[in-house]
Amino acid sequence: MKIVLASATAATTSLLMASSAMAVTEIQWWHAMTGANNEVVEQLSKEFNEGQKDYKIVPVFKGSYPETLNAGIAAFRAKQPPAIIQVFDAGSGVMMGAQGAIVPVADVLTKGGYKFDKSQYLPGIVAYYSKPDGTMLSFPYNSSSPILYYNKDIFQKAGLDAANPPKTWPQVFEAAKKIKTSGAAPCGMTSTWLTWIQTENLAAWNNVSYGSNENGLAGVDVKLAVNSDFFVKHFQSIADLGKDGTFRYGGRTSEAKQLFTSGECGIMTESSGGLGDIIKTGMNYGIGQLPYYEGAGRPQNTIPGGASLWVFAGKSDAEYKGTAEFFNFLSQTKIQARLHQVSGYMPVTMAAYDETKKSGFYDKNPGRQAPLLQMMGKAPTENSKGVRLVNLPQVRDIMNEEFEAMLAGKQDAKTALNKVVERGNAAIQQAIEK
Amino acid sequence: MQSVVFPNKILPYFLVAPQIVLTVIFFFWPASQALYQSAMREDPFGLQSNFVGLANFRLILSDENYLHALQVTIVFSVATALLSMGLALLLATAADLVVRGKGFYRTMMIIPYAVAPAVAGMLWLFMFNPAMGTLAYLLRRNGIAWDPLLNGDQAMVLVVVAAAWKQISYNFLFFVAGLQAIPKSLLEAAAIDGARGSRRFWTIVFPLLAPTTFFLLVVNTVYAFFDTFGIIHSVTGGGPAKATETLVYKVYNDGFVNLNLGSSAAQSVVLMVIVIALTAFQFRFVERRVHYG
Repeated sequence: MKIVLASATAATTSLLMASSAMAVTEIQWWHAMTGANNEVVEQLSKEFNEGQKDYKIVPVFKGSYPETLNAGIAAFRAKQPPAIIQVFDAGSGVMMGAQGAIVPVADVLTKGGYKFDKSQYLPGIVAYYSKPDGTMLSFPYNSSSPILYYNKDIFQKAGLDAANPPKTWPQVFEAAKKIKTSGAAPCGMTSTWLTWIQTENLAAWNNVSYGSNENGLAGVDVKLAVNSDFFVKHFQSIADLGKDGTFRYGGRTSEAKQLFTSGECGIMTESSGGLGDIIKTGMNYGIGQLPYYEGAGRPQNTIPGGASLWVFAGKSDAEYKGTAEFFNFLSQTKIQARLHQVSGYMPVTMAAYDETKKSGFYDKNPGRQAPLLQMMGKAPTENSKGVRLVNLPQVRDIMNEEFEAMLAGKQDAKTALNKVVERGNAAIQQAIEK
Repeated sequence: MQSVVFPNKILPYFLVAPQIVLTVIFFFWPASQALYQSAMREDPFGLQSNFVGLANFRLILSDENYLHALQVTIVFSVATALLSMGLALLLATAADLVVRGKGFYRTMMIIPYAVAPAVAGMLWLFMFNPAMGTLAYLLRRNGIAWDPLLNGDQAMVLVVVAAAWKQISYNFLFFVAGLQAIPKSLLEAAAIDGARGSRRFWTIVFPLLAPTTFFLLVVNTVYAFFDTFGIIHSVTGGGPAKATETLVYKVYNDGFVNLNLGSSAAQSVVLMVIVIALTAFQFRFVERRVHYG
């Protein structure tokens, strides 16, 4: 009898709970954040959910950046997409090409009763995520820029100046050799994302062309230009350093971070968004701006990386309203300022940037402004506005394959880059034909 | 004599219905979708598509990367099948000699079979990943340039070992059963004639195990072809430089990473033909012989 009563009570309670939950609109947010950045996602969702009663953001981790994008596309084809999906920089071109599948963020905000005011956002970032006519398509949640990280303990052991990180690539290569030969660490340098950092940003930062049609921003028909002497020289240097382990390869995305945090490598180029994890290890690190090659007008500017939040088409009005509320919540100055300060990602609003400046954060943490200064220091040229290809993830994979064969000693940099251009151009042609 | 035909005309259809429904839902429907997709070319989101006939097939068959993937698949399958079956046979004959704790020993041997492919992959990755693997660290400290992230042969060794390890249990079970079916009198007679252990094995045990071995060879090949995606995906992701990209992995990569669904569907149709051929081969030659003796 007791059991029956208990289960009856349980049934009623769950019924009651279900009916009170009916009023809440659940909004799925698929993301690719791991480690410290995942904690930020959970924390933000929790704060938003506790701050109001009508909507509930449900963050769902979907794997790496490319995996999250693929999961979103598969879900859209199965007619069950999430409301919000985090898509990395390279996937932007893919999403922009799918006009029927997404709702521009500017429209979502209008549906929620907000007005999208472009002037409040950092221009470089907004331009990257907008249509040529200025409509913002996605919400720049985590924008980053590649920077240089170095291990101060290893620098001291190798007799290098731990207060001044190397500024140019030749200096970085020299420092890496010194770390290796002095035995301060088994490996001198490493880099995450050879595609994004050593190819796309290398081109922008040194004002060299990556591909025709303004790297794809002026039109989808792009011929890659990454086999010019400039790139060949850079990659041959890396390949040469790789022969005796002065340079170590970690993987295609951000796996190399482990080589740095474990103290295996003394220098690393990585996204500013990787900072959270590095702070967590408690290691004695330093940061500096992304290295460049000396030359007239250099360095130019870096291009925004990281990811933005896209909204899928075909959801209910309530979901769009909730999404607008959430984006409004994310744009608040205090949230943006905090996001920037704990994670190393860039603030997306001017107000948050000013607030951080005023708070004296950059005086206490020199170097933390580097990603912003790199990106906004100069008006971009046609080489440095960004890279946009309808199939950039595929082109990046082609590059990764050829780089891997190069680093394994199977081909030199010239051969690798020539193959990248040949295979990449063919893939781009095939993608724009359909 | 009792009739072997059901008197009821409807009941038999009713009894086979669940199987038919499952086959239609999980085989015929997806297979027909693959056939349809393989003749189309469409954008990633499926917003527009064009009929292209056999163009996707022409493209993949003239693609050197596809032929490379075929070669990788053959090397991978043969290596996995041989390694896994060799070790399983060794362990099974050893298990036959164990006197005490036979049951415990056999149970322990079967455990890896219960591990999901992706988890098996992660286990081996944790041990041998050059950035964080404990054993990778030991290998490097002992002067072995262990770097499966760049060295394609080492990456291949790693996935073969992981895939073979997972299949050992299955092979072990069949070999143990096969060994038990061998009449003890034959072995005893040979022992009396003065044949030593290894000679008894090669002249009596091994030939009598041949049907089992042949059956396992087909099963292992099918396993290496189609069920190792999880391992490859978690250990190497098909890299470095396509060194471990098998045909199945390429279907996934072209379809879900490069978002070229037409080509991916065409490749899966080719794979379907291969499976049908392998199954037919097994039914025609293996099933018939596995039951003799």
